[in-house]
Amino acid sequence: MAIFVYAENINGVYKKAAFEAVSYAKAVAEKAGDTVTAISVNPTDSSDLLYKYGADKVINIKDEGLKNFSAKAFAQAVNEVADGNILVFPHTTDASSIAPMLAIMMDYSLITNVVEVPENLSPVQVKRKAFSGKGFMHAKADSQGVILTVSQNSFGTKENAASGSEEVKELSIANEDTKVISHEQSSGKLDLKEAEIVVSAGRGMKGPENWGMIEDLAGVLGAATACSKPVSDIGWRPHTEHVGQTGKAISPNLYLAVGISGAIQHLAGVNSSKTIVVINSDPEAPFFKSADYGVVGDAFKIVPELTEKIKALKG
Amino acid sequence: MKILVCISSVPDTTSKINFTADKSAFNKTGIQWVINPLDEFALTKAVKLQESQGASVTVLNVGDATTEPVIRKALAIGANEAVRVNTEAKDSFTVAKEIANVAKDGGYDMILCGKESIDYNGGAVPGMVAQLLGQPFVNACVGLEVNGSEATAVREIEGGKETISVKLPAVIAGQKGMVDEKDLIIPNMRGIMSARTKPLRLQEPVSAAVKVEGVSYDSVPQRAAVKMVSADNLDELVRLLHEEAKVI
Ligand SMILES: Cc1cc2nc3c(=O)[nH]c(=O)nc-3n(C[C@H](O)[C@H](O)[C@H](O)COP(=O)(O)OP(=O)(O)OC[C@H]3O[C@@H](n4cnc5c(N)ncnc54)[C@H](O)[C@@H]3O)c2cc1C
Ligand SMILES: Nc1ncnc2c1ncn2[C@@H]1O[C@H](COP(=O)(O)O)[C@@H](O)[C@H]1O
Repeated sequence: MAIFVYAENINGVYKKAAFEAVSYAKAVAEKAGDTVTAISVNPTDSSDLLYKYGADKVINIKDEGLKNFSAKAFAQAVNEVADGNILVFPHTTDASSIAPMLAIMMDYSLITNVVEVPENLSPVQVKRKAFSGKGFMHAKADSQGVILTVSQNSFGTKENAASGSEEVKELSIANEDTKVISHEQSSGKLDLKEAEIVVSAGRGMKGPENWGMIEDLAGVLGAATACSKPVSDIGWRPHTEHVGQTGKAISPNLYLAVGISGAIQHLAGVNSSKTIVVINSDPEAPFFKSADYGVVGDAFKIVPELTEKIKALKG
Repeated sequence: MKILVCISSVPDTTSKINFTADKSAFNKTGIQWVINPLDEFALTKAVKLQESQGASVTVLNVGDATTEPVIRKALAIGANEAVRVNTEAKDSFTVAKEIANVAKDGGYDMILCGKESIDYNGGAVPGMVAQLLGQPFVNACVGLEVNGSEATAVREIEGGKETISVKLPAVIAGQKGMVDEKDLIIPNMRGIMSARTKPLRLQEPVSAAVKVEGVSYDSVPQRAAVKMVSADNLDELVRLLHEEAKVI
């Protein structure tokens, strides 16, 4: 029985999280001695992109009714074609909305936020994030069928080319419950949860007018920007940038924290970053205890200088 | 309009998370319990709708008797009444079953939840409840208005937001933005006093078999000691990030 994986696209274009989910599914399939079937809804991107990460087969669902997202309609669509014991989803907003509905439809166990390939396959037992970054749980499924959602940036993308084949499946799922009124999406802006590098700043920046230097640093690094909770509470930055226990949990390769004290609630959302750099004027700031590299000093001087030096490095 | 707000009781955000010596369970010793912070946004939204549209607000928790202080706090914030399903919350599926069971004959126009609980981070209960009840589901909600038999909800999507109209009854899972942080209600003395006499109904569980078990738990590994770099030597920082950490 194949391992199925939901390959999420935005406006037809595959997300990095889709490649990560396919990479993960491939690793599970290798452990199980099985194949990978990817499911995608109305993609415009080529299936070659999914074969590259190990998909042996891609089922492209074509359905005009699924032009707009609806958790329920998408769950129904996946339910039409998915037919394996293990279904993998990325833990993105949309996919993590589909997965619980599908778990009920299919009567499967749902294990979210997994970070590793299952340590056991029958029954499935797998390590997942819990306690908002403060711990891990090894969760065991009590059903034959299991849906797993992969915590973003935890497993990574791994190329593992397969010679895949494609099947087109025409569906017409009715979606009468929800209707999209408006859709605003800034293209080109790096998605915080997918970003490899994140530059984040806190109350130490004194005011929103000083964020230019943070954006410049992020710019040279090809990074996304984030902020501490109070910064978004007072409206210096949008809520979407709030990271931490009550905001987004992220796992970039590099997390650069500027003028953030390092409260336990903040750390919870960022401590699974691979490398952490802290810039803070207070040598006693708690964040230094959870950092890999630290610089004590005035952000207003350090950040522009660092930007210049990185620019020089990148030539 | 009748609104059901599902709240989970979670360790206070300042809690250090420890596990029992055999790593088989979360160690609850010394933990203070609070309303899941994301549920507080949903609860506040419901109380605002109570004020503006005369909605009645029922809070629901699936949990043993130890969650009652947290339920009373939700009543002090402004909910009209509460239901506690008298069973320990074991996994997302059994919790969703209990919630759906309370909701199915309750005639609620909306079920509001948090997007996820900050303890087990399932992010699973609301979608499961929606499917069990055959209702539409809106996740990651950051704005909500109700107009008769429809709601207009704004949901956060990667890199933006989407405004949708959704037919009621529906299940909506919220987060910060559903109301602003500054609008969160801190119970006053009158609220706390009146919460003592508001109805808190106990309901026995329907008992379903769990679908996921927590077998063991790990703490987060400690990082190696921090390397400090002088502010006058940022070249060294760049070198370390480039050559040692290999992240730039
Ligand atoms: C229920 C609850 C949930 C919470 N959830 C979150 C969450 O999800 N995420 C989160 O971030 N917080 C959260 N918090 C808040 C958290 O407790 C802290 O208050 C918050 O993280 C502090 O933000 P900050 O570091 O930006 O500000 P501060 O603590 O004020 O720190 C500012 C830092 O900037 C430094 N600084 C000042 N000037 C300079 C300068 N010129 N150059 C360099 N450094 C400078 C200071 O030394 C200080 O360390 C939560 C709190 C509660 C109660
Ligand atoms: N034991 C519970 N009782 C009532 N509601 C709950 C319970 N557990 C979770 N919920 C609701 O479901 C949401 C998501 O929780 P979870 O799926 O556990 O991350 C929470 O924010 C609550 O609104």
